[in-house]
Amino acid sequence: MANWSVILNISKTHLLTKIKQTSIAALGVTFGIGSYITLVCFMTGLNTMLDDLILNQTPHVHIYNEIEPSKRQPISLYDTVEGSFNVVHSIRPKRSQKKIHNALPIIHYLESNPKVRAALPQVKTQIFYIAGSIELGGNITGIQPINEGKYFNMSDYIVEGSAEALETTDNSILLGIGIAEKMSLKVGDRVQVSPLNGGIFPLKIVGFYQSGIADLDAIQSFTTVKTIQRILGESKNYITDINIKLYDIEDAVPLANRIEQQFDLKAIDIKTANAQFETGTTIRNLITYAVSITLLIVAGFGIYNILNMLIYEKMNDIAILKATGFSGRDVQLIFMSQAMIIGFVGGILGLIIGYALATLIGTIPFETEALPTVETYPINMNPLFFVIGFTFAIFSTFLAGYLPSKRAKKIDPVRIIRGQ
Amino acid sequence: MSIVLEAKHINKYFRKPTLFHVLKDISFQVKSGEFASIMGKSGCGKSTLLYILSTMDTDYDGELYLNNELISGKPNEYLSYLRNKHIGFVFQFHYLLSEFTVLENVMLPAKKLGEKMLEEIEKDAMEKLKILHIDHLAHKKASRVSGGEKQRVAIARALINNPSIIMGDEPTGNLDSHNSDNVFNIFKSLSVEQGLSLLIVTHDEDFANKTDRIIRMGDGKILQ
Repeated sequence: MANWSVILNISKTHLLTKIKQTSIAALGVTFGIGSYITLVCFMTGLNTMLDDLILNQTPHVHIYNEIEPSKRQPISLYDTVEGSFNVVHSIRPKRSQKKIHNALPIIHYLESNPKVRAALPQVKTQIFYIAGSIELGGNITGIQPINEGKYFNMSDYIVEGSAEALETTDNSILLGIGIAEKMSLKVGDRVQVSPLNGGIFPLKIVGFYQSGIADLDAIQSFTTVKTIQRILGESKNYITDINIKLYDIEDAVPLANRIEQQFDLKAIDIKTANAQFETGTTIRNLITYAVSITLLIVAGFGIYNILNMLIYEKMNDIAILKATGFSGRDVQLIFMSQAMIIGFVGGILGLIIGYALATLIGTIPFETEALPTVETYPINMNPLFFVIGFTFAIFSTFLAGYLPSKRAKKIDPVRIIRGQ
Repeated sequence: MSIVLEAKHINKYFRKPTLFHVLKDISFQVKSGEFASIMGKSGCGKSTLLYILSTMDTDYDGELYLNNELISGKPNEYLSYLRNKHIGFVFQFHYLLSEFTVLENVMLPAKKLGEKMLEEIEKDAMEKLKILHIDHLAHKKASRVSGGEKQRVAIARALINNPSIIMGDEPTGNLDSHNSDNVFNIFKSLSVEQGLSLLIVTHDEDFANKTDRIIRMGDGKILQ
């Protein structure tokens, strides 16, 4: 098409002589795209942070021994009443051990699975924290500190001290910050713990743990698997829980089902455990996109309006162009190209402004008790958002330009020329 | 002499507000190099006829030939091309693109045609402006020149692609007698010196009397 240079030249002149209207139309797109980028970066940043708050700490599959009644009561094994209607009153849970039978071979087996990133053993138990005459009930979990830090972002929640110190110091404890405050303890102090079956063990405090959930921080502490086994007087194969981190979170459900069948253990996958949480994320995303799309549509209407007005103003020009041999299609291209130029320039500026605003928000301090490691507002600068934003700018200006330009195409020059 | 433009049995109806037979069986020819004018009272259909001849109005019955080629019923894209290449148009009101310079206005149809390089087009345009003695205005904005000058710019634009015929819809209707004479002289010299065909709709008896041939119209018919 040899005509492009002529067409672009005409639209350039139109745009430049009406620079005020052009800028307003472009600014409409700029603000639309800019606020879309800002909003989506900020909202998804917050979303990701909230997701991480829960998901990072949560194992993809959690394996333990559930205390529950047997699904098959002895009566159903009894041949002579088979097929009849049996009623069993006052079913009690089956007495079973807390520990996972053959835990170490199971961990070994799980780690050989290529989908599994890590399978970490834990020992959970109730204890009392003793300081002088005060006794506080609580939980203590025996972990492999370095691995927990590596796979479950444990170190994000250690406000003083480190996971390494816990690993390397014998008889050490990572105390929940709530307990430390209640008992006025600081790092380096000793705290005495007493398991349910008696005995008192002094442990050295190597750090504080703060999950952001106050109720949890008031009871929860960590130590090494080895230490807890010693406190409980159990052997090395005493493991109560196995936490699995996968490469792909989508594998959690099938793996949990398989483990339940294979080992006769309870295996909870992350989706079941956090079903409500997922709903929240979906709805927040939905709101983000609803608001963004509204902004972009408003910008689109701005362009539509301004092009419409431009075409009214340029009726004479359109008639003269058609009379001197420009076809309807050429005229349509002139106005379409104006819309596209407005969309392109406005879109690029919008991306820049959105980037700048998002960066600015990323520097605003945001300190909260609940999130010990977060210092500024979280921003998720995903290149995909910029691609989406720009595509939408081009797409919406195309639509906004298409309808008015189609009208320009159909204008009858004779009517305009004779009408004067 | 060859025939540039020929109309055969042209009929045209206005459908709104009521059905009205505007043009009744119009047939005539314009020969190459002929300077013809169409005269008639207001509402006799002379402008309507001109717009049909110019290919801008396609809603008519009958046959229209340009350079012996039948152009009735051709697609709009092709008609645009024909207008661009073979027909120059001058209106009563000057109809320049006010945001462009005089030179750009003159160059535009040639750029659209795209048969020549940009430098050639610019040279041609300056030449046409020189013929009409307005080359000193070339770089002024079209909105900044006087009425008589605008009309001459419009004529230069009509000439840029060396058309087969120039059509005018009362090109002097909005000008004083001095400018009006000026425009007539330009047309006359184009006709005599360059052998250009002209077909001008006019109200101006003096103007018409000076042309080679007057086509008189009344009530949608050609009277003589």
